[in-house]
Amino acid sequence: MVADYEPILSSRYGVPDAHRLAVAERNGAYATAKKALLTMRPDAIKEEVKKASLRGRGGAGFPAGIKWGFLNPKEGDDIYLVINGDESEPGTFKDRTLLNLDPHRLIEGALITCWAIGAHKAYIYIRGELAHSIAILDAALDEARAKGYVGARPFGKNYPIEIFSHPGAGAYICGEETALLNSLEGRRGEPRLKPPFPAIKGAFGMPTIVNNVETISAVPDIIRMGGETWCNLSRLAPRDGGVRLYGISGHVKKPGVYEAPVGITLRELIDDYGGGMLHDDRPLKAVIPGGSSTPVLRPDRMVEAEAEDHPLHEWHGKSEIDVPMGVDTFRALGTMLGTCCAIVMDSSVNMVDAARNLMRFYRHESCGQCTPCREGSGWLQNTLEEVCEGRGRPEDVALLVDIANNMMGNTICAFAEGTAMPMLGMIQQFHQEFVDAAAAGLPEGYRHDDSTRAGLAGDPADAVADGASTDDTSTDEVTA
Amino acid sequence: MPFALTAEREKQVEALLTRYPNARAALIPVLWVCQRQHGWISPAVRDWVAQRLDLSTATVTGVVTFYTMFFDKPVGEHVIWVCRTLSCDLRGGKAIQEHLEQRLGCHAGGTSTDGKFTLMKAECLAACGQAPMVQIDDDYHENLTLEGLDQILDSVGAAPAEEA
Repeated sequence: MVADYEPILSSRYGVPDAHRLAVAERNGAYATAKKALLTMRPDAIKEEVKKASLRGRGGAGFPAGIKWGFLNPKEGDDIYLVINGDESEPGTFKDRTLLNLDPHRLIEGALITCWAIGAHKAYIYIRGELAHSIAILDAALDEARAKGYVGARPFGKNYPIEIFSHPGAGAYICGEETALLNSLEGRRGEPRLKPPFPAIKGAFGMPTIVNNVETISAVPDIIRMGGETWCNLSRLAPRDGGVRLYGISGHVKKPGVYEAPVGITLRELIDDYGGGMLHDDRPLKAVIPGGSSTPVLRPDRMVEAEAEDHPLHEWHGKSEIDVPMGVDTFRALGTMLGTCCAIVMDSSVNMVDAARNLMRFYRHESCGQCTPCREGSGWLQNTLEEVCEGRGRPEDVALLVDIANNMMGNTICAFAEGTAMPMLGMIQQFHQEFVDAAAAGLPEGYRHDDSTRAGLAGDPADAVADGASTDDTSTDEVTA
Repeated sequence: MPFALTAEREKQVEALLTRYPNARAALIPVLWVCQRQHGWISPAVRDWVAQRLDLSTATVTGVVTFYTMFFDKPVGEHVIWVCRTLSCDLRGGKAIQEHLEQRLGCHAGGTSTDGKFTLMKAECLAACGQAPMVQIDDDYHENLTLEGLDQILDSVGAAPAEEA
């Protein structure tokens, strides 16, 4: 646990009714937007965000300041800001806390960003399932409009900014930025071929910046503190700056969303924030670090980075879960930081069944536009169903690898990589389990809720599972 | 029977149309307004939406069938989505589904015989830290136990489970 840490991004989570404008404003909201719009040039704002090394919080980790720099509008172009609140990556549930508990931080960030990039209109795309989050955001937008912060003259400045929510209707792929733009335009959520990138031709054919909810919510703090100061809060400064929301779910005592500096380790996240493993007699087997598309890590694998110029040399010989969680460090580890929301699995989990669960997801969510992805995700699932049910063949393990390899690089968007990479990671890290399952199926009667099912029914012998996550009142627990 | 929105909902549509540079962009929000009134997106609803937004019925149908939350068949009075993706499944998502199937007397994808509940399996609903969970209509119910789930079902009027 980071000692004496004062939350910044989630500073208003513990404040009752912080979703109301008056409460949020008493606790600091909109002061920075007012200052930025009335006293700062757009270029100065962009410079601070660049200095902050704010890596995109939606999964890809691209530096927001550099992304903003890709805009090159022609005379007469309308620039759009589109905020991605389609949070759907399995294991990820952080943006929802911002929407529900502190929508005014997002609106303030959107105002500053619109001014910085030259946009007069922002759309906040939220997945359709989050009907209550949409209602909370709409109410917050109404309050901000009534106060004059959003609308024709924000804070009295002659620079109109309109911000609207836009609902999705159930499709994971709409989190991909060009699919999201198609969905915003009233189309099927099928990704677009890139280039042109959205900064050149995005929403309604116009230059568009697409950023995640958490990315935009970080902007007010960056401008308030100064980019460099905010950046240096990170343990991985200057390349990967600031603070962020970490999620943790699965087999831990205190699943939830926690704020910490960039660069804590998975071990810290699990033990210090997540309260340790759910059952003391079931040790950690594997952890998916940042949403289901990021390849799995295991605590008993050691970092191999003997060469002094290896980016992970400092952690050579240490466990994979002792490497600081950063965009670049995790890429060097052969996985991805993704959304920074970890799924923790204890020793009771069979990784072949876990893979089947995830491949069911990807098959369901493939948009179907590209054949390698549509067919590949289906074949991965079908093969895993056969293997799990004891109808597998020894060569099925190689078949899974072959299918995954033929999906990568052959499609319009990164969904196929997001399916194939975790599949390959699972097989690489737990090869023997796949070989065993292909030969004999899953162990008789196996289910992957084996370690928690009894707790669900209220069996006192398994009380640790029941209630472990329900009545937690610790102050840093920011679960919505 | 031809479809029409109530006057109040028609006002919502008019407001939505002012948000975007073209009418088509309002398609998904307008479909939501219609589904909230009618319960599902019937052929008559599609025709109405197509005419209102100046689109072809085929275009509207293409969008309706792409998105999981638009129902192209009638559903029960309440729709229950049970999350079965990994984080929930590790914490008992399957047991929650089994309990619902037993209590409602229908399988996932089906509707209870009294027409009150449609049960659906959902892919990740972004509540992984509060697993297991179900969504009933607009409401998330999180950190479920079987007993807690029964109380929730009682409160929305599910019939008691038949004795086995």
